[in-house]
Amino acid sequence: MLLIHCPYCDETLPEMEFAYAGEAHVARPVDPSRTTDEEWRDHLFVRSNTRGPHAERWRHVHGCARFFNAVRDTVTDRVLATYPAGSPRPDLPGKDTP
Amino acid sequence: MSRHRIPGRGRVDAGRPVQFTFDGRSYDGLQGDTLASALLSHGVHLMGRSFKYHRPRGPVTAGSEEPNALVGTSRGPGRTEPNTRATVQELRHGLVAESQNRWPTLSFDAGAVNDALSPLFSAGFYYKTFMWPRNFWDKVYEPVIRRAAGLGRAPTEEDPDIYASRYAHTDVLVVGAGPSGIAAALAAARAGASVTLADEGTEIGGSLLSDPGVEIDGSPAWDWLEDRAAELRDLGVTLLTRTTAIGYYHQNFLGLVERLTDHLDEIPHGAPRERMWRLRAARVVLAQGALERPLVFDGNDRPGVMLAGAAQTYLNRYGVAVGERAVVVTSHDSAYYAAFDLADAGIAVPAIIDTRAEIRPDLASEARLRAIEVLSGHTVTATSGRLCVASVTANPVTGGEVGEGRQLRCDCLLVSGGWTPSLHLFSHTKASLSWDAEAGTFLPDRSLEDLHLAGAGRGLWGYAASLSDGAEAGAAAAHALGHAAQATGLLVARDRIGTGITHGQLPTHRAPSRVRAFVDYQNDVTAKDIKLAVSEGMRSIEHVKRYTTTGMATDQGKLSNLNALAIAADALGTTPPQVGLTTFRPPYTPTTFATFAGYHRGAAFEVTRRTPIDGWAEENGAVWEPVGQWRRARHFPQGDEDMDAAVDRECRAVRAGVGIFDASTLGKIDVTGPDAATFMNRMYTNAWTKLAPGRCRYGLLLGEDGYVRDDGVVGRMAEDRFHVTTTTGGAARVLTMMEDYLQTEWPDLDVWLTSTTEHWAVVALNGPRARDVLAPLVEGLDISGEAFPMMSVAECTVAGFPARLFRLSFTGELGYEINVPARHGRALWEALMAAGADHGITPYGTEAMHVLRAEKGFIIVGQDTDGTVTPEDLGLGWTIGKTKEDFVGMRSLSRPDLVARGRKQFVGLLTADGAVRLEEGAQIVDDPDQPLPMRMIGHVTSSYNSAALGRSIALAVVENGRERMGETVHIPMPEGNVEATIAPGVFYDPDGGRAKL
Ligand SMILES: [Zn+2]
Repeated sequence: MLLIHCPYCDETLPEMEFAYAGEAHVARPVDPSRTTDEEWRDHLFVRSNTRGPHAERWRHVHGCARFFNAVRDTVTDRVLATYPAGSPRPDLPGKDTP
Repeated sequence: MSRHRIPGRGRVDAGRPVQFTFDGRSYDGLQGDTLASALLSHGVHLMGRSFKYHRPRGPVTAGSEEPNALVGTSRGPGRTEPNTRATVQELRHGLVAESQNRWPTLSFDAGAVNDALSPLFSAGFYYKTFMWPRNFWDKVYEPVIRRAAGLGRAPTEEDPDIYASRYAHTDVLVVGAGPSGIAAALAAARAGASVTLADEGTEIGGSLLSDPGVEIDGSPAWDWLEDRAAELRDLGVTLLTRTTAIGYYHQNFLGLVERLTDHLDEIPHGAPRERMWRLRAARVVLAQGALERPLVFDGNDRPGVMLAGAAQTYLNRYGVAVGERAVVVTSHDSAYYAAFDLADAGIAVPAIIDTRAEIRPDLASEARLRAIEVLSGHTVTATSGRLCVASVTANPVTGGEVGEGRQLRCDCLLVSGGWTPSLHLFSHTKASLSWDAEAGTFLPDRSLEDLHLAGAGRGLWGYAASLSDGAEAGAAAAHALGHAAQATGLLVARDRIGTGITHGQLPTHRAPSRVRAFVDYQNDVTAKDIKLAVSEGMRSIEHVKRYTTTGMATDQGKLSNLNALAIAADALGTTPPQVGLTTFRPPYTPTTFATFAGYHRGAAFEVTRRTPIDGWAEENGAVWEPVGQWRRARHFPQGDEDMDAAVDRECRAVRAGVGIFDASTLGKIDVTGPDAATFMNRMYTNAWTKLAPGRCRYGLLLGEDGYVRDDGVVGRMAEDRFHVTTTTGGAARVLTMMEDYLQTEWPDLDVWLTSTTEHWAVVALNGPRARDVLAPLVEGLDISGEAFPMMSVAECTVAGFPARLFRLSFTGELGYEINVPARHGRALWEALMAAGADHGITPYGTEAMHVLRAEKGFIIVGQDTDGTVTPEDLGLGWTIGKTKEDFVGMRSLSRPDLVARGRKQFVGLLTADGAVRLEEGAQIVDDPDQPLPMRMIGHVTSSYNSAALGRSIALAVVENGRERMGETVHIPMPEGNVEATIAPGVFYDPDGGRAKL
C-alpha cells in the first residue's frame, strides 16, 4: 500500500484514503465547440501511457476530498512528488528508474 | 518410547505424551513434536500420494517448504483444513490427520495406475490432450481428471473460527529469528529502536535449534538462545512466533499471519484462530535464511529420501532418528555435519556420496573417525524400495563418464544439493537479483525499499558470519533511524562452515526414457519433462513453468525452482540467468482465506445501508433486494403471494388508488452559491437559467464522451440553490464528477456541493388519490392542481414535519415526493399510512416501481443504458438546452459516430404472445434463420408483466428502432425463437394526462 502525501492536508497517508483520477495536466478546452474532431478525440481518449515518471491526478477522497496532482514513477510505483491542482508539474532531479 | 525416538535428544518434552490419529490409527507423540516428527518417531515415512502419479511420498523437509507431506487436519465441524504441511503442524492432543490423494488406502492407491501410464502425462499433457475433440473434454477428460487430481478436499461447512486483523507500526521489522535475525533485532533494540521480530517457527532460534553443538560467546547454542530470548523481552521487542511474513508490499508494508490456536489442545473461548498483521516498518531486516536444495536423480522421491538438514533437525530438535541406516548424497559440506550428528547418535551411516572430487580434509578425517566411507566424485543413478527407500546406487564419474554402480543398502537417504537463499520477500518488492555462478544461485541485488538483508538469506554460510552480519544489519537499520548503534562481535566455537556446488540433474548412464528424476515433487514434474519442454520450443523459464507446471504447486517451487532452471539451462546450453527466474509472489506460504477476510465476513462483509423507513418495511414483510450498498424493499407480499402476484397487486393499487413508496435512497446533492445556475448549466444538458425557484425539471447528466451517466429531477429552491437528485447507485459518482469539474476545471465558480442523500427521507405518494391523502397533512402550501402543478417544488409542513415537497411522477400517475429530515422519515411514513387507510393506501416496492415506470417508458440509467447511449438514442434530445454554448459532453454529441445512422435507439417491444415475457439482456436479430453467428441488432433492456396492459411489455435498444415502429424482430432463445413487434416506448397513458390531474 503506497504512502501518499496530500499537499492540502500536508500529511503522508495510506493509499486507501485516496482515489486515482487519471492523467494530470489534461485541461478541458475552454471552448470545446471550436475543437476539431481529432483534437476532441485526443482530449477525450489519448493519454501518454508513460513508462517512468507520470503526472497524474489523485483525490484525497477519504480526507479533505480535494483533487491534487502527483508524479509517480510507473516502473517503480513510487510517488515522487505531489502538488496542488492547477500548479505546474515540478522539475524533479533526473532519477533513472532501475 | 517409540522405536525411533532417541532419549535425551531434542526439545520435545518426554514427560508429556500427546495422542493423535493418522488415517484412523492412534499414535502418541510428545509435546513439542510436529505431526511429521511424531510419525517419523514411529517409523512412518509414507504420508501422502503425489498429485499426478499418486506416487508414495514422505516428508523431505522439516519446515514450511515441505512439498510432500500434505495432510488433511480436523478438529470438528467446519474446522477441517486440507494440505496442512505435516512438517509444521504442531502436535496437539486429539489431532486428527488424514492422508490425501489416495484411494482406498495410503499404502494401496488405485490412482497409482497413473504412474504406470506416466508417458501419457508428460509435459504439456494438458495442452496437447485437451485441444481436441471438444466434447471429449466435457464428457471424459474433465470429470476423470477432476476426480483424480486435486490436493485434499475443500471444507464444506462454514468456518466457525474468528480471524483477527491488526494494523501496527514499528521502527524495525526483522523477518526471521534465526541467528542473524536475533542478532539484528538485538542490535537495533539495544540502540533504542522499537523492534518487531517475526518468525514462522514456534520459538526463536532458526537453524540453531538444529545445531545444539555450536557455542556462542562461551555458551552452548540453546543456552545462548534462552538468554537472548529473555534479553529481547527485556528490551521490549515485539516477538511474533508462529508468524509468517507472507507478503512484502510498497514502502515497507508487510502482511504477517500469526497462528494462534492450531497448536492448542483446547481453543480458549472467543480466541481468534489466526491474526493478520498489516505492519508498516521504517526499516526491514530480511533474515529469512536459506532452503536446502534437493538433488535430481532417478528415484529421488521415494519415502525415506530426505534433505540432510531435515534429518539433522528431526534428530537434534525432535530427538527422532529418521532411519537406522542412513546414506548421504551431497554436493555441499553441510550434509557432513548431518551425517556426523546421526552417526554420533548411534545411527549407522555407511557412506557419504559426494558429487565433488575434492573433499575438505577436516571433513574427510572426521568421517574416517566415524568409519563413514566417503565416495567422492560419485553420482547416484538409482534407488530401490516400494513404500520406503531400501538402497541407493552410487557410481563413480571420471572424465564425465559414469562408471559401474555399487548398490548401498539403506532405509533413509539424506540429500543435499546446496542451499538457496530465501529471496521471496525481497523479490516481492520488485527487487533485482544477481546470479552468482560460483554458488550456483541467485543473490539479492537492488531494492527500492528501506531494507537490509542478513545471513544465509544473502548467501553467507556459518554461524559466526551470520551473527555478525545480522548485528551489522540491525545496527545499520537503527542508525538509519537516527540511533547511535553498534554491532558487537560474537565469538563462535564449533562453527559449521561450508561450501558446495550445485547441479541440474545428476549425471547418469541410464537411458533417459527409464529415468524418473523428480524436480517438483508436489506437481510430479521430472527432469525429462523439463527437457521435453525445452525441446518443444520453450525458451523462457516462464514458459517452461507453465508447460510443465513446475513450481506451480502450493509450495511455489521453493525446492524445485533452481533445479528446474539449471536443467532448462543445461538443455538450452546456456546459463540460468539467460533462462530467467520466475517471479515470486505473495503469499510466501499457503494462507487461510478467512485470514484475508478477517472480520469482514457474514453481516460485516460490507455495510448495509438502510433508510429511516427500513424498520417499518421489515416489520411489514418486505422482501429485500440489494441496490448498491442499500437494501430496498422489493415488494410487500401478502398472504401466500409470490412476487408476480404481489407486484401485480401493488401496481394496480397505484394506478387505481394510491401507493406509497420509500424513495429515500435517491441520491441528493445540494448545489448552492452565486454561480449555482452557471454550474448546473455546465454540468447538465438542460437549461437552468430560466427555471424559476419553486419549479423542478428532469435533468440529464452526460460524460464528456456524450454518453448518459445519470439522471434525476432537480428542483430550484432559490436563485442560488438547487436540490439535485441522482440515481440511487450513482449518487457518489455524480458528486465526485461535480467536484472534479468544480475543483479542477472551473475553480473560479463560487459554488458549494453537499451530499444530502442521508439528510432527507423521501416518501413518494403516487396514484389518482395521492392528493386526497396528502392534502389534509400539508400546512403552509396550497397543493391544489392549479396552485401546485406538475413539476413544482416548495417548502411546507407535512404531518407537522418541515418538508420539501416535490410534485413529480415516475409512475405516470399524480405523484408527490415528500422530503423530510431523515429522523422524521418513519413518522411521516406512518402518518401517511394512517391518513391513507381510508383510501386503501398500498405500500409498493422497487419491483412495482420498475414496472410502473416501464409502462411509461421512463429509463433507468444503468439498466436501459450501458455507458454507450446518447440522449438522442434514448429519445431524450428534448432535455438538451438548445441555446447552450457548452455543457459536459456537448461537444461529443457531434462526434461522427454519435450522429451516424444505425445507432441503437430506445424503443418498446411487444411479444407476439402477450403471455411470453422476454429475458432482460436477450439479443435481438432480424432474421432468426440466418446462419450462426447471427447479426445482433440490439438487446432487451427491461421486461415485465404489466398489470395495466394485461400482458408483457419490454424496453429495448434496436438499430434505427424509432424508424421501425410496427416491424417484427426476433429474439432467439434456447427454448426457441420469440417474435416481437417494435412499439413506442410509452405503453400507458401516452398523453401523460394522468400525472397532471
Ligand atoms: Zn487531503
